[in-house]
Amino acid sequence: MRAGRSAVMVLLPLMVGAASCARTDSRPDRDRVDAGPVAAPVASPSTFGFGTPADEARIALWDRDVGPDGAGLPPGQGTVDQGAEVFRARCAACHGPTGTEGPFDVLVGGEPWGDAEAPRRRTIGNYWPHATTLFDYITRAMPQDEPGSLTADETYAVIAWLLARNGVVTDDVVLDAAALAGVHLPARHRFVPDDRRGGPEVR
Amino acid sequence: MRRRDWIATASGMVAAGLVRTRFDALDLSAQALEPSGSVPSPQIQSGVVSELGRRAPAEELRRLSGPALPASASRTPIHLLDGIITPADLHFERHHGGVPAVSADAYELLIHGMVERPMVFRLADLKRYPAISRIAFLECSGNGGAGYNPEAPGDLTPQQIDGLFSTSEWVGAPLATLLREVGVRPGASWLLAEGSDAAHLARSIPLEKAWDDALLAYGQNGEALRPEQGYPVRLFLPGWEGNANVKWIRRIEVSDRPTMTREETSKYTDPLSNGTARQFSFVMDAKSVITFPAYPYVLPERGWWEIRGLAWSGRGRIARVDVSTDGGRNWTRAQLQSPVLDKCTVRFRHLWNWDGRETVLLSRAVDETGYVQPTYRQLVEARGARTAYHQNNLRPWKVSADGSVAFAAGEMA
Repeated sequence: MRAGRSAVMVLLPLMVGAASCARTDSRPDRDRVDAGPVAAPVASPSTFGFGTPADEARIALWDRDVGPDGAGLPPGQGTVDQGAEVFRARCAACHGPTGTEGPFDVLVGGEPWGDAEAPRRRTIGNYWPHATTLFDYITRAMPQDEPGSLTADETYAVIAWLLARNGVVTDDVVLDAAALAGVHLPARHRFVPDDRRGGPEVR
Repeated sequence: MRRRDWIATASGMVAAGLVRTRFDALDLSAQALEPSGSVPSPQIQSGVVSELGRRAPAEELRRLSGPALPASASRTPIHLLDGIITPADLHFERHHGGVPAVSADAYELLIHGMVERPMVFRLADLKRYPAISRIAFLECSGNGGAGYNPEAPGDLTPQQIDGLFSTSEWVGAPLATLLREVGVRPGASWLLAEGSDAAHLARSIPLEKAWDDALLAYGQNGEALRPEQGYPVRLFLPGWEGNANVKWIRRIEVSDRPTMTREETSKYTDPLSNGTARQFSFVMDAKSVITFPAYPYVLPERGWWEIRGLAWSGRGRIARVDVSTDGGRNWTRAQLQSPVLDKCTVRFRHLWNWDGRETVLLSRAVDETGYVQPTYRQLVEARGARTAYHQNNLRPWKVSADGSVAFAAGEMA
């Protein structure tokens, strides 16, 4: 019993010594010795100064969009008769001779939209909310085989024809920036903001 | 001898023909590798290294595009992939004006409108900004339209139904950093993002999203964006419908109202059964799809099978995926493969001991907001049968006694 206790007394300092050695080799101590103090990451500046200022001419090169208030509409005008010719030559191959046949998007007609299910065919007359969208889209994206190739006059004209065929304007309209901005499409009031919010309710 | 010295010495010896490496010892013709004993040796058909790897010949996966030409969409083979990352060359496509060839050297991003300093940024400028990356899904909001039809045919694959969906690691500069650079004026609330494609596709985006987590992405899965994903730079909006993630982005105009572009009025709006149409419905709600077993797979025998699938939510993390192997009578919590990331895809798995009888398999995603992936009937009640986009209802698969698996939209109607 006594001999056993002596052995513990002798071994204890050795064990503590071994533990000390192990701690000397451990990672935290090595880092402290080798790496030195470490500063916090550098905070981002509010601006970096990269990039090049864009002047009015540079902006005008690409700033061609048309807003729902008519902002961005260029000078020019067109009639329904002129538009019929533009549509026949540039649009009918995809949208059909009267804009109702397809094979691509049906633009004219469609059943009226009641107070329930939306119409099967969503057209300019029964679904599109803003007439200015026609100019914004056609002037950049149509016709598909030569996007952006219609003049402002041709664009106003073909929009006049599309609106007349949908019963939104009369056949004697002369469409220009002011007239187009004033066109009210039938489905305008139907568009509502997204009310989905997550959570258990299915909307 | 230090390692570098050893390598130099060894290289010199190889060059001098003094030693033969293991590969030197192999005559690379198949004939020389004919096994001398009974153990077959691997066949080496060509070199041992290559500048550009390629898939094994038996693993040549393909996107799927529709029969109409020119096709404007191609779908990811989600039922033939493992894990969550979509190889970039299999990422789905949806184009509205073709794939433009944009030169990285000539690339410019114009930011103007209600800003203090209108600026043009070149690609090198964008790459110099502090970069972030995140793994996130991208889904077309028209994805799954075929599943919103009780009469849908059974011979549809997950790729055909839900293949307008992919997952990548996206790398880029936060749009918020660029907005600070140009200085957004008080009163601004929207921006218009416009692409370089032939249609100059444009979408109005609430400024709030730009400040939150929008990315000007130039990297995808470790490399530059693929041309069909918007090379050299696209807008990436985590959790939001694909169409708003404008590819080949060339212009951002900060304003105080949406522009009402064609894509956010006549398209990508959700007509409802109450006579209204939901607009700016950006967020992709939680959804899951079983990718195995699914058509055209045929289970060869009864016994243990692992049901596998994908789940995601544009509102945050997936909290849970439930699986039913009896047509929705009983549900079991599936295993989720970590990591479960914010606005990202998670793979789920469920062990199933098939007794050989006809049944219907279902999965149901629940996200961290408590949203539960709805049935077809629930969505019809909420939006009507003639709604469009965001059709995230359950995707049932009917297993027949002969092991064949068919899409079964009508089972939950």
